[in-house]
Amino acid sequence: MIEVKDIYKTFGENEVLKGISAKFVAGKNNLIIGGSGSGKTTLLKCIVGLHDPTKGQVFFNDENFTEMDFTQRVPIRTEIGMLFQNSALFDSMTVEENIMFPLNLFTQQSKEEKLDRANFCLKRVNLEGKNKLYPSELSGGMKKRVGIARAISMQPKYLFVDEPNSGLDPKTSILIDELINELTEEYKITTVIVTHDMNSVMGIGDHIVFLHNGQKWWEGSNHEIAHTDNKELNSFVFASKFMQAAKEKL
Amino acid sequence: MFQSLGKYILLLNLSFRKPEKFKVYWAEVMREMVSVGIGSLGIISIISLFIGAATTIQVAFQLSSPLVPRSIAGSIARDSTILEFSPTISSLVLAGRVGSSIASQIGTMRVTEQIDALEIMGVNAPGYLIAPKIIAGVTMVPLLVIASIALGITGGWIACILSGDVSPADYIAGVQGGFNGLTVRVALVKAAVFGFIIASICAYQGFYTSGGALEVGQSATRGVVYSCVMILFADLVITRLML
Repeated sequence: MIEVKDIYKTFGENEVLKGISAKFVAGKNNLIIGGSGSGKTTLLKCIVGLHDPTKGQVFFNDENFTEMDFTQRVPIRTEIGMLFQNSALFDSMTVEENIMFPLNLFTQQSKEEKLDRANFCLKRVNLEGKNKLYPSELSGGMKKRVGIARAISMQPKYLFVDEPNSGLDPKTSILIDELINELTEEYKITTVIVTHDMNSVMGIGDHIVFLHNGQKWWEGSNHEIAHTDNKELNSFVFASKFMQAAKEKL
Repeated sequence: MFQSLGKYILLLNLSFRKPEKFKVYWAEVMREMVSVGIGSLGIISIISLFIGAATTIQVAFQLSSPLVPRSIAGSIARDSTILEFSPTISSLVLAGRVGSSIASQIGTMRVTEQIDALEIMGVNAPGYLIAPKIIAGVTMVPLLVIASIALGITGGWIACILSGDVSPADYIAGVQGGFNGLTVRVALVKAAVFGFIIASICAYQGFYTSGGALEVGQSATRGVVYSCVMILFADLVITRLML
């Protein structure tokens, strides 16, 4: 389980996170939602250690990640997979090399074993045979899938996903959501997803944390979200006429 | 300024941490050596030949007195090429070619979150990205300077044949006469220091890029400008200390 306790993050004069505490449920899809500038991505980056919180702590299975130095964090980091908003694939490497990169650095596997693992991961994201392509030759959806393949190559316990649906058409968005959901269930991964895609919220939101102005405003599941009387959450989730109509039918 | 200097030193310290897997880093070092060394050989050859030729013609023109032996043009061109033109001008050109490439490559990796991806995996990003470039700079720039010296002197010889200002025999006699090995040692020390300056300063500028395409361009420009200034400053210091 991942737990954040009283997280504050300040950039200069700008206080982005204001005392957020939350628990992310093990083996489930945990969604962090909120409007633009609410601090979702900053919270995610504090959890994975890309930002050091100004105050507060992050725990991975009761181990205080915030107080660890770079070397102490390495064992936990090898259990983390992350899909970035723009996929962050290494431009100079092929798809196969991208997926094998963490295996090259952190495992003692033979080249054949690493290739087998890369092929397995590519098959899992429905990109068989795309091994030798470079990121510049891939579409946005394919880049996301390669990003997921790279993220799961080390068989992570934790998967962090930043805006998985940004820049994708609705059909591809749903495919990516389904893929993340399948992987979470199949491998019992604790997944934390930052999103403001309402299809994701309603479709795969096992546990949802809603941020507003850098504070945790609401916490619950996708079943509870339709019946909440939280004003800010309602105005965020049911902002569109389509979602309002969907709510009335619920 | 002191804050930047502190960040620069800390980044260098991080860059030379023990690698996660030596084999992977070694492959990166080899790749960077090819990029810096082989990739720059063409431009270094061209400028060295022309600078050597121009220097010889100018020296011959300035020393066109019956009291001065014609062979002096060869020895002055040789020492100028070894001590100054080959290490310094080659390094200034390399700051433009290699330095801008390093800064923009690392800067692009920063703004596209590729460096974040490395850190998430538990990779020491400065070590993986910067150390191989510094090692390549420190080892390949001296080799390029040796090639530049040879080609510069050859350029002078070709100029003698084509212009007739100095006979090739006089030029060769001048090049061979009164040679002091210290000049080559100074050139190699300069080259190694300049290689370090180019790679480390441009990598620093790239690593701390934030923003987008505009900022990547600005980082590359800053990297080249600061490298050039530091090369000239180091040139003065090394020359004063060693000669």
